[in-house]
Amino acid sequence: MSDVATVPTVEQAVALGLTRDEYALVCDKLGREPNEVELAMFSLLWSEHCAYKHSKKLLRTLPTEGERLVMGPGENAGAVDVGGGWAVAFKVESHNHPSAVEPFQGAATGVGGILRDIFAIGARPIAVLDSLRFGEPTSERSRYLLDRAVAGIGHYGNSVGVPTIGGEVYFEAPYEQNCLINAMALGLGRTSDLVRSAAAGVGNPVILFGASTGRDGIGGASVLASAELDDADDAKRPSVQVGDPFAESKLIECSLELLAAGLLVSLQDLGAAGLTSSASEMASAGEVGIDIDVARVPLREGDMEPFEIMVSESQERMLCVCTVDNAAAVLAVCEKWEVGGTVIGQVTDTRRMRIFNGDQLVGDIPVTALVDDCPLYDLAPQPPSTPLYAAPVATLAAGDDPLLGLIGSPNLSSRRPLFEQYDCIVGSRTVRRPQEADAAVLVLEGGASIGVSIDGNGRRVAADPYTGTVEAVLECAANLACVGAQPLGLTNCLNFGNPEKPHIAWQLTESVRGLGDACRALGVPVVGGNVSLYNEGGEGPIYPTPVVGMVGELLDPRRAAGLGFARDGDAVAVARVGEPSLDCSELAKLRGEPLPDGLAAVDVAAVAALHDAVRGAVRSGALVSCHDVAEGGLAVALAESCLAGGVGATVEVSGGEVELYGEAPGRAFVVSGAREDLERALPSATVIGTVGGEALKIGATSWSLADLRHAHRALESLFP
Amino acid sequence: MRFGVVRFPGSCDELDALSACERVDGAQAVLLWHGDRDLAGVDAVVIPGGFSYGDYLRAGAIARFSPVMESVIEFAAAGGPVLGICNGFQVLCEAGLLAGALLPNVGLRFLCRQVRLEVVSADVPFTSTCAVGDVLSIPVKHTTGRYWAPDDELDALEGAGRVVLRYAHGENPNGSARDIAGVCNAAGNVMGLMPHPEHAVDELTGSTDGLRLFIGMASAVRAGAGV
Repeated sequence: MSDVATVPTVEQAVALGLTRDEYALVCDKLGREPNEVELAMFSLLWSEHCAYKHSKKLLRTLPTEGERLVMGPGENAGAVDVGGGWAVAFKVESHNHPSAVEPFQGAATGVGGILRDIFAIGARPIAVLDSLRFGEPTSERSRYLLDRAVAGIGHYGNSVGVPTIGGEVYFEAPYEQNCLINAMALGLGRTSDLVRSAAAGVGNPVILFGASTGRDGIGGASVLASAELDDADDAKRPSVQVGDPFAESKLIECSLELLAAGLLVSLQDLGAAGLTSSASEMASAGEVGIDIDVARVPLREGDMEPFEIMVSESQERMLCVCTVDNAAAVLAVCEKWEVGGTVIGQVTDTRRMRIFNGDQLVGDIPVTALVDDCPLYDLAPQPPSTPLYAAPVATLAAGDDPLLGLIGSPNLSSRRPLFEQYDCIVGSRTVRRPQEADAAVLVLEGGASIGVSIDGNGRRVAADPYTGTVEAVLECAANLACVGAQPLGLTNCLNFGNPEKPHIAWQLTESVRGLGDACRALGVPVVGGNVSLYNEGGEGPIYPTPVVGMVGELLDPRRAAGLGFARDGDAVAVARVGEPSLDCSELAKLRGEPLPDGLAAVDVAAVAALHDAVRGAVRSGALVSCHDVAEGGLAVALAESCLAGGVGATVEVSGGEVELYGEAPGRAFVVSGAREDLERALPSATVIGTVGGEALKIGATSWSLADLRHAHRALESLFP
Repeated sequence: MRFGVVRFPGSCDELDALSACERVDGAQAVLLWHGDRDLAGVDAVVIPGGFSYGDYLRAGAIARFSPVMESVIEFAAAGGPVLGICNGFQVLCEAGLLAGALLPNVGLRFLCRQVRLEVVSADVPFTSTCAVGDVLSIPVKHTTGRYWAPDDELDALEGAGRVVLRYAHGENPNGSARDIAGVCNAAGNVMGLMPHPEHAVDELTGSTDGLRLFIGMASAVRAGAGV
C-alpha cells in the first residue's frame, strides 16, 4: 500500500461523516491509517444509513419469527409463504432526503431501489405502494414536492411495468422542510428458488451488470441520508441519483432469467454505498473475501478515481457471483438483455476486500471490519419536558360544518388526482384498486390472493410514541381485515429525527417498543424494514413516523369487501371496541388544538379479537361493504362509504361530536349488508341505519352526496 | 390458431396480452422477440403496451425500426390481423400502418382510469363480436394518448368507417380528436387503440369486455377472412 501517496487526515474523515473515535477505531482495525479508497468505503459502510448504528440494538427487540416466514431481516427483503410453493417478498424503504433535495428523481429512484431489493432475492416485482408526507399544501414548496414526487413515482413504476396499487399521504407542518417518501414493493417467487446474497466458491468470478458507473450519487448514504438537512441542500443535488426505468426493466428480466436458468451462485443489488456495500455484504454473508479491479468497471466518465468507482450510487446495477463454467452463459444472457455484464473480480479465501486498479492494490480491508465492526451506540432517551411541536394552524372556523371541513381537508380528501397518475393494473393481478377497498387485493398464481396496506399517522405518534405506533399497526391490520385478509408479515420504515438528541431517542425507543408489542399481540412477524434518521431541518424534527406495511392472506378474493355501500335497503352497522376520543383527532387538528400529552391506552387483545370477527364476517361473504373507521371518525367513514358506492344512508348516532368525529384507530368498522346476514355473521355489530337515497343523514342533519363529493375533491385543484 | 405478442425491451403489458390471447377458446400465444425477424408462423400479431426501448425519444419512434417490425409490416401488408395496444398503437402510427399520431394528453400527466368506449364500427375483425353502439368498459393508462390527425384525414377516417372505437360522451381522458379511442387501416386488418383490452378479460380484475376484441381476431383468422 506504500505506493498510494495520499493519506487523508482525520479532518477529512470527519467531513465524510465519521466521528474522531470512529476514525481511531478504523486505524486500529487496519493497523494503519486508511487511504482515500479505504476511508471512502468505511465512511459509507459505517454511516447510519448502512450500519444502523443508532437503531440496531432496538431493532433486535422486534419479533421476527413466524410459521409462514420464509426469509427474515438481514436479507435484501423479507418473504412469507403464501402456499402452493409460492412466497411473497416485501419491504419498505425511505428515500426522504434525496426527495427533499430533488423530488422527481429522489422519489423515482426510491421506487427503483426497492424494486431491486425484491428481484435481488429472485422474486418478480408485482406491486408498489407508497407512503408520503409533506407540509401543508398551502405552502408552495409542499405543493411542488408533492407534484414532483408523485410524478417521479409514476414515471418509474409505470415505465418499469410494476403496478402502484396503494399508498397514503398526510400533510402536516413538521414535514415542510423534510418530506417523507417511503416506497414498499412486493414480489412473487417460488419459495425454493429464492436466493440469498452470500458469495461462495473461491475463484468464482464476480460480475457487475446493468448500467455503467458514473459520478451520480457519490456519498448519498453518508452526506445526504445520515445528516440533517440544511439551507445549502441545493449544493447536494449531485448526491442525488438519476433513475432510468428502462434500464431497470431490462435488469429485472435479465436477473430473473439468470436465476431461472440456475446460472448464479448469488445475487445482490447495488444500492446505498454502491459497489462497496454490495460486494462487502456478499463477502461477509459468505465468509469469504472478494477482489475487485476498478479498472474493469465500465464508466460513464473516463477519469473517475478508484474511490469514486467504489462508492458511486449510479442506479440500475446488480452484482452476481457464478461458477467459472457458467460465466460465459451469464454474460450471454446479459448481452441478450443489453445490460452489459463485465467480470470485475473474484471470490477469494482472504476474508478481505481488496481493491485493485489494474495491477495496483489501492485498498485492502478485512471484511468484518467494514461490515460488522462499526460501533453500535446506546441511545440516551429522555422524554421532552416541553412540547416539541407547535399546535397546528386552525383552518376550521366556529360556524363551519365539521364533516364537510374534514372530508375536504388535505389529509382526508380524495386521493384520486394522485393515484390516477399510477398504473395500478399492469400484471393483471389487481382485484381491488385504490379507493375501492381499505386494502389493495392482488390475485397470485394458483388462485391464492393477498391484501396489502401501508399506514402510519405521525401526529398521533408525536402525541404518544408508544401508543401511536401500536395504533399504526392496528390500523394497518384493520385495513387487511376489511378485505378478509389475515396478516402474514409486517415491514416497517422508521422515519425519525436526530437520534443523538435525547427526546428523539425517546420517541424512537418508545415507538419500537410499541411496534414490538403490537406485532407480538397480533402474532405478526417483522420480516424486515428500514430506518431513516436525521429527518429534521432548521424548523425542528418531523413528527416521528413509523410507517408499517402489512401483507395478509385472503381465502377468496371474490369476497374481498369494498368500502362503498352498494345496495338500497342494506343495514348499516358499527363494530368496535373501546371509546373514540377527539384528542389528537383530525377535527382537533383543523381546530388548531395542540397535540395532547399522551393517548388513551389500547386493549390490543380485544382489538385483535374484533379484527378476527370482522375478517370472519368478510370471509363468510355476509358483508357487502366493510370500512375501517380512521381519521375523521365515524361520520367521515360513513361519508366515504356513501361516496365510494354512490349511494346515501340514513343513520342514528347518539352522543354528539365525540361519537361522530372521535377517533380510535384500528378499533372500529362501518359495515353494510342484508340485516339478517350481517347480524348473524357479526353479532357484535350495532345496526345504526340503512343504505339508500341521495344523501347521508345522521339524525337530524343531512348532507347531499353532491355536496360531499364536491368537498371530497379538494386535492384536484393541486393537479389542474 | 396462434397469436404472437411482440416483446420489445421496455414492454410492460406483453405478458398480460399473452394471457389475454390464451383466454380465447382454442387459441395459443407466443412471444415474438424484437430482434427476431421470424414471426414463428403466427396467425395474428399483438403489439403490446409499455415503453419500447424506453421511449425516451418519441413514443414508438425507435420500435418502429426494430427487426420484428419489418416482418410485422410485411405480415400486415399480406392481410394478417395486427392489433396495437397503447404503445403498440403508437408504434403502428410511427410505422405508417395507421393514420394519425398520438400526442401528450391534454392534462400532460399519466392517467390510469376505467373508461367506457362506444363501438363505432363492427365491420372489422376486432369488433366482429360487437354491435355498433355497444359500450365496453376498458381501462386506459398512458401519458401520450391524444389521437390527432388533420381534419380532412379525420373526415376521411370517419367516412370510411375506420374509426372503430370512441370514448363515451364525457369520458375522453386525453383530449383525443373527436373522442377517437381506436382506428383501423383501410383494409381493416390493422387496428390500434389506446385503451387496454388485455386488462379487461376477467370479471375478478375489472371487466371482460376487452376479451371480445381478441375473440374477434381469432374468429377472423378461423373464417379465413382477410388473412
